Amino acid sequence: MPRRTIQLEHSIDYVQILDEKANVDAELEPDLGKDDLLKLYSTMLTIRAYDNRREKLQRQGRIGTFAPVFGQEAAQVGSAYCYKTTDWFVPSFRETGIALWRGFPLANDLLYCAGYDEAIQMPEDSRDMPIAIPIGSQCAHAVGLAWSSVLKDEDAIAVTYIGDGGTSEGDFHEAMNFAAVLNLPVVFFVQNNHWAISVPRHKQTKSKTIAQKALAYGMPGVQVDGNDILGVIHVMKDAVDRARKGKGPSLIEAVTYRMKFHTTADDPRKYRSQDEETAWAKKDPIDRFQKYLTKKKVLTAAKDKELRQEAEAVVQQAVEKFSTMLEGDPAHMFNHAWETNPPYLERQRKEFEQYLEKAEPKEGSVAPRKSKSGSSPGEATAEAKAE
Amino acid sequence: MSTKPLNMVESINRAFFEEMERDEAVIVLGEDVGLDGGIFRLTDGLLDKFGDKRVVDTPIAESAILGASMGLAIGGFRPVCEMQFSGFSYYAFHQMESQVSRIRRRTQGRFTAPLVMRMPYGAGVRALEHHSESREAYWAHTPGVKVVIPSTPRNARSILKASIRDPDPVVYMEPKALYRKYREEVPQDDEVAQLGKCHVAREGGDVTIVAYGHMLYRTMQQAVPQLEEEGVDAEVIDVQTISPLDSETIINSVKKTGRCVVVHEAPRTLGLGGEIVARINEDALDHLEAPVARVTGYDIHVPLLAREEWYMPDKARILEGVQRVLTYA
Repeated sequence: MPRRTIQLEHSIDYVQILDEKANVDAELEPDLGKDDLLKLYSTMLTIRAYDNRREKLQRQGRIGTFAPVFGQEAAQVGSAYCYKTTDWFVPSFRETGIALWRGFPLANDLLYCAGYDEAIQMPEDSRDMPIAIPIGSQCAHAVGLAWSSVLKDEDAIAVTYIGDGGTSEGDFHEAMNFAAVLNLPVVFFVQNNHWAISVPRHKQTKSKTIAQKALAYGMPGVQVDGNDILGVIHVMKDAVDRARKGKGPSLIEAVTYRMKFHTTADDPRKYRSQDEETAWAKKDPIDRFQKYLTKKKVLTAAKDKELRQEAEAVVQQAVEKFSTMLEGDPAHMFNHAWETNPPYLERQRKEFEQYLEKAEPKEGSVAPRKSKSGSSPGEATAEAKAE
Repeated sequence: MSTKPLNMVESINRAFFEEMERDEAVIVLGEDVGLDGGIFRLTDGLLDKFGDKRVVDTPIAESAILGASMGLAIGGFRPVCEMQFSGFSYYAFHQMESQVSRIRRRTQGRFTAPLVMRMPYGAGVRALEHHSESREAYWAHTPGVKVVIPSTPRNARSILKASIRDPDPVVYMEPKALYRKYREEVPQDDEVAQLGKCHVAREGGDVTIVAYGHMLYRTMQQAVPQLEEEGVDAEVIDVQTISPLDSETIINSVKKTGRCVVVHEAPRTLGLGGEIVARINEDALDHLEAPVARVTGYDIHVPLLAREEWYMPDKARILEGVQRVLTYA
């Protein structure tokens, strides 16, 4: 038998609506009202201000390490804009911008960064999943959450986030396959920020795009300029509509850039050039959106200043609230392992409480109930400190 | 080679240089191990010295990192693969349990997997969730795999060298809280530990304290000086090889002292302490003057950083355990 060719009609669209010089593709430009545009912009400003503040707090030792959003505001806020709080949000660990858009209090985020488990207690009706640090592990949860919505005849969808590095994990591929086979309402949103700690995108996969991985699983994939919030909204709306109409999952690759460190424990100077960072700084998603809004006469210089001050004020309020939340009972750590602790664990808790009565305050850890002073943790780095 | 005292990061790094020089079959692979030199800098400089054929930055795929290491090992190499944190090693668990640990048996000795899977573990560096657990028991429960945990800069080097040269797969778990805790003299000669043996870190006659990793440090550096002041002569055993566990050293010590405390950071239930107590019961029960005490982590997930120090056994809890066995009547 001769070899024959199986024809595959495959191509990937690349979408950019707003370029670096703020030129707009009028045909694709989404029709967004002034209030929405300003809310998107102010959320981007807030998350940027918050990242800057978090970095300072970390350097001061008031919180532990964290993964900044910096540079990925358009991908995050733009995508979050397109679905509802009744939909499932299934993040990896860098989606603070989306959590903020959906109403997660920044003070609680700071408390989490300071190492308090109770910070992530969510309201009963929340459909925000907690951050998922083990890479890719969240994707299959989105599949199950979307599945549960289908079984219950809800119109809720699930949106899960992952990075370029995460697409190398088996969990990502298994979840993609599952979602497609079961035709579930899932959007897989990849923030390709070019760096998985020190490993560049081109060492993560030989594929020309990450979007094309969708094709192997029989779902649509699209690549978008992730620093172009209009483009992100355009492709995300398509994917969300598709999911909601029962047409199944899709994959979006938002091409963006991690403008800062992976976490504060990381030093990008070790593996990437200043030139590369400078080139990407020119593509800053916030600058671009500001130019667009200014050109569109939605934003004046005075309004811009006001929104920036507001963003700082929101962050300041969060820091102040956070500063009042740092008490708490160390025995809290015995909660929530099981619904009901077994007797031997309750015995351990009692042992701990007896020990705590006499214990010295712990340096770099929350103080026992009697003192507030221990709530200024030492510097959090990946390196051990001398005891 | 430098003669200045080394911390654990530097001593492990030196072991890498020495072993890669000694044996061209040694290959290092994992996430960020090359250009970045490892996020803790353990593999710093290896890429420059040995090139990108022997020092390989891999995609983020722990299962493939370990599975490919098994292939390399069967193919004649000596891979040393890194799991960036032990909390991410569970993606590779299936490879270890289902394949790596049993390939010797599954081929009746035709193929073996002399590889090292190393990873930082344990609490105490104020890291994020999943970065602080001590789950040595998972691996130690698997026959066919050796599990080792160093406790000092010096033995980190000698144990890593032994692990790389060992004919069986070795899980090498690094107590990351000790990475930069202190420096000590590391000998110039090719010191290679003997796997499968506990090390008597301090001889004494009153009580046996069995510990490893970070808890060995806390026992030796914090609890023992206090005990000395109180006139208690403790014998301290550094387990070093979690599996296969050396009963003899522990049993002989307990026969001498009649009292024993086991200290580990891992949760109490089904932790190594339980196995040690069982072995003492089997072989030295008649010598016991008191029930063996366990000073361990609690049976919970390690809390986030604000409370991780409360989770870990500390000097006070170790001393309390010693008091318990000394005052038992």
